[in-house]
Amino acid sequence: MASTVLDEHVDHITEDHAHEHNESFITKYIFSQDHKTIAKQFLITGIFWALIGGFMSLVFRMQLGFPDTQLEWLRPLLGKWLTTEGKLDPEFYLALVTMHGTIMVFFVLTAGLSGTFSNFLIPLQIGARDMASGFMNMLSYWFFFTSSVIMFFSLFIETGPASGGWVIYPPLSALPQAMSGSGLGMTLWLISMALFIVSTLLGGINYITTIINMRTRGMSFAKMPLTIWSFFLTAIIGLLSFPVLLAAALLLIFDRSFGTSFFLSDIYIAGEALPNIGGSPILFQHLFWFLGHPEVYIVLLPALGITSEVISTNSRKPIFGYKAMILSMVGITVLSFVVWAHHMFVSGMNPFLGSVFMLLTLIIAVPSAVKVFNYLTTLWKGNIIFTPAMLFSIGLVSFFISGGLTGLFVGNSAIDIQLHDTYFIVAHFHLVMGSAAFFGLMAGVYHWFPKMFGRMMDAKLGYLHFWVSFVGIYMVFFPMHYIGIAGFPRRYYSFTNFDAFSSFTDLNAFVTIAAIATFFAQFVFLFNFFYSMFRGKRAPANPWRSNTLEWTTPRVPKHGNWPGEIPTVYRWPYDYSKPGAKEDFIPQNVPLSETPESNLPAEAAKVAVEKVNEDK
Amino acid sequence: MIGLAIGAGVFLILGAFLLLYRLHTLVAVMKRPEETAGAGMNKTNAFILLLFLISGMALLFWYSITYFDDYQLPIASEHGVTTDRLFWITMAITGFVFIVTQILLFYFSFKYQHNDKRKALFFPENNKLEIIWTILPAIVLTTLVIYGLIVWNKVMAPAPEEAEVVEIMGYQFAWRVRYPGKDGKLGSYDFRKIDVTNEFGLDFSDKAAYDDFMPRELHLPKGKPVEFRIRARDVLHSVFAPHFRLKMDAVPGMPTRFWFVPTKTTEEMREETGNSDFNYEIACTEVCGKGHFSMRLLVIVHEAEEYEKWKAEQQPWLSKHPEYMAQVPDNLKELAMIKSQAQDISIN
Ligand code: HEM
Ligand SMILES: [Cu+2]
Ligand SMILES: [Cu+2]
Repeated sequence: MASTVLDEHVDHITEDHAHEHNESFITKYIFSQDHKTIAKQFLITGIFWALIGGFMSLVFRMQLGFPDTQLEWLRPLLGKWLTTEGKLDPEFYLALVTMHGTIMVFFVLTAGLSGTFSNFLIPLQIGARDMASGFMNMLSYWFFFTSSVIMFFSLFIETGPASGGWVIYPPLSALPQAMSGSGLGMTLWLISMALFIVSTLLGGINYITTIINMRTRGMSFAKMPLTIWSFFLTAIIGLLSFPVLLAAALLLIFDRSFGTSFFLSDIYIAGEALPNIGGSPILFQHLFWFLGHPEVYIVLLPALGITSEVISTNSRKPIFGYKAMILSMVGITVLSFVVWAHHMFVSGMNPFLGSVFMLLTLIIAVPSAVKVFNYLTTLWKGNIIFTPAMLFSIGLVSFFISGGLTGLFVGNSAIDIQLHDTYFIVAHFHLVMGSAAFFGLMAGVYHWFPKMFGRMMDAKLGYLHFWVSFVGIYMVFFPMHYIGIAGFPRRYYSFTNFDAFSSFTDLNAFVTIAAIATFFAQFVFLFNFFYSMFRGKRAPANPWRSNTLEWTTPRVPKHGNWPGEIPTVYRWPYDYSKPGAKEDFIPQNVPLSETPESNLPAEAAKVAVEKVNEDK
Repeated sequence: MIGLAIGAGVFLILGAFLLLYRLHTLVAVMKRPEETAGAGMNKTNAFILLLFLISGMALLFWYSITYFDDYQLPIASEHGVTTDRLFWITMAITGFVFIVTQILLFYFSFKYQHNDKRKALFFPENNKLEIIWTILPAIVLTTLVIYGLIVWNKVMAPAPEEAEVVEIMGYQFAWRVRYPGKDGKLGSYDFRKIDVTNEFGLDFSDKAAYDDFMPRELHLPKGKPVEFRIRARDVLHSVFAPHFRLKMDAVPGMPTRFWFVPTKTTEEMREETGNSDFNYEIACTEVCGKGHFSMRLLVIVHEAEEYEKWKAEQQPWLSKHPEYMAQVPDNLKELAMIKSQAQDISIN
């Protein structure tokens, strides 16, 4: 059997680890192949990017909330991107929103979230020594790192970083004469994203292979924690959709540098008519959103997986409708590939296509709704412990509801005519994707910090962090619904040119203040994170009294995770508060035969089979 | 002012949280050892969750009602009435779901906070419940989809024959409009013919181009169908007329269109809004570069007769730019002169 082969391999690894101290600093912390170290590398890089992306948003929020303020004090940082009056340059404003979007969507919420938790949890929760290929895993991080370096570098070049929006629609992104960010900045963006895609693919292949092949004895798909299910499906989505973005990027590179006309036609710019004929900007939009929509679920699904785990553990209750949760995630996965053109209702594509995509889009709301109801039922009659992770998960569900419901507006093409590219969209996706996924990330960090670093984070600072962030985020994004209904377009440097958009200055200022408060609350987290890493209370083996396998490892697992044999799995991960049981949780590695007092009738019948298997 | 009030409110709420937090820490330090659920702050957090629900809902209702007129733009087109109705129906349904689910979320969290004496209910599944809440949203969504499809297909249907045709062209960073002139036909164009003066790239081998005229603003008749023919010269732009509930991208190389019926003249709108300076505007909603935020086009809606009068007064572009007569093929020069009423200009 495959599993025995694996075990031998594994024993080999553990033996190796007898000589662990021989590992140099470099192989242990930098070019490490240990999934746990790689996870931390992704996390730290993600946090770094989150700070930069967050700071950028403050700068452009200042412009929107307080258009008359002097930003002279930013001159050391921004240099010539400030006008002589100390205002933000309008083109740099666009560069900021573009980079903010790119950074947050890809570098923070894709790499920082999936990269961290898929890497950290997959081997630990399915009972494996490491990823299928530690080397590929290491490459995945270093491709991401290289991509990060290039993107970071692009922030400082003379002509500025890419500025055409995170969706980089050509012709704007294809023509350096259209805006200065479409010069070298765009080239670097494309190179960086190409490397990023390679990183995602390397990671994704690894996640999928590991989950399929390396589950410990007894860990059938039907016993897998929902976290693992979500990482599995996320990796599949990524594997199928990212290559399409790569293709789009490649064609764009051709159009930019080699005179092809995939996306360009009939263009007169900067006093000359370009030779390009026959291309279609719409084609690029189809390719982009073929990734772009699945991408939003790549961001969201891991967060939902984490939340499922955290909510169940801290409600001391099985997740309600485990199978329905899996089915709805599978549904979302499949449907996420057939809704992309809802971003293009008014792009000029055939209205009939709009009809089809409206229909498909609204179908995807059904599995989303099922998930929400299941979370609510999980809380119902629970015995809820508000750890910081739990609060962040509850916050996530709240955001998911708020932002998901507005999806029904923008998913309806007739309504979207008015709302498209207004602040309503900004509100929609920041709640449902940005904030929800960010809260999922935070829930994950608070929940698994003890396993990552062997120490506890301070809960009270966690509460402070949660409350200011939660209230703050609602204060930032909820008002944007009103501004959007009033028709305010997004990506506007200023609204003073239009009578129609001259109101809401108060509300915009308010949003900016809330954004500043929210941003600074993150420093509470940062302090807590780094301080606890070294000075936190030593974590008990299973601080949250949780069922999943990672809590059966030593306090700080070494490379290889379990010093002895990998535990065998006998039950699903959600046996919380089972009637008859002594404790309110029964870990997955406790055999049914040891818990006769709490076995359900169907399980009692399995005890005999279990015995036979053990004897083999 | 409002901003200040809200800001102050928020800071009060935050302050209250902080105070609660301090208080609790102090109390907790005094009487509880470690090991209690939620770091000894379970009750506090449960309470704040409830407080958040109540104050959040109160704020939501207060703001949505008080400032309704600020965010609800008056509607000035026929289809706008139907799309807005759909919007508000969706709002009613989702608003209801929003309130119920958020209340359940926070109330359950509060009600079922940890209690040493209680045990959670082991309730892993219930097929009946799950079927119900799969089917219920499915039905509601089907209704929304069907209604949406009906509205969408009507809005996007081909324009009626008699529609007034106007071309809108976006470029970095402004809009230009072109009317077909007396012949009712827009002349063809070619982007290679564009120059500083001939901004549209009019092709003068097409007779229909001779009487086209290009005013600085967009003028529309009330109560008549109008079709926008939309195009872009350099990068993507998007025509957005908020009061008409109209939006359509301008795409280089691929003309798009949108038709609608204006229902209120500018004058009427001034009365309705009580703002004597009111003007319809068109904005750009597809990022197009540095000046994206300044692509404003003034729109004026007239009574139909007034509009006809205005149209009759317009000078064809060719008559204002006689130098382009040179581009007219010889056999059409006479026609061009007649159509553009440019008799006084010598031909060469
Ligand atoms: C109930 C399900 C949802 C529906 C029906 C829905 C529908 C839509 C539609 C139609 C748009 C395009 C609107 C426009 O640009 O005019 C949109 C934008 C967006 N949605 Fe959703 N959505 C849903 C859930 C989600 C989720 C779960 C996420 C993320 C996890 C998400 C993320 C986004 C993003 C990022 C955008 C904006 C992209 C951009 O233009 O920059 N949506 N959504
Ligand atoms: Cu989408
Ligand atoms: Cu624009």
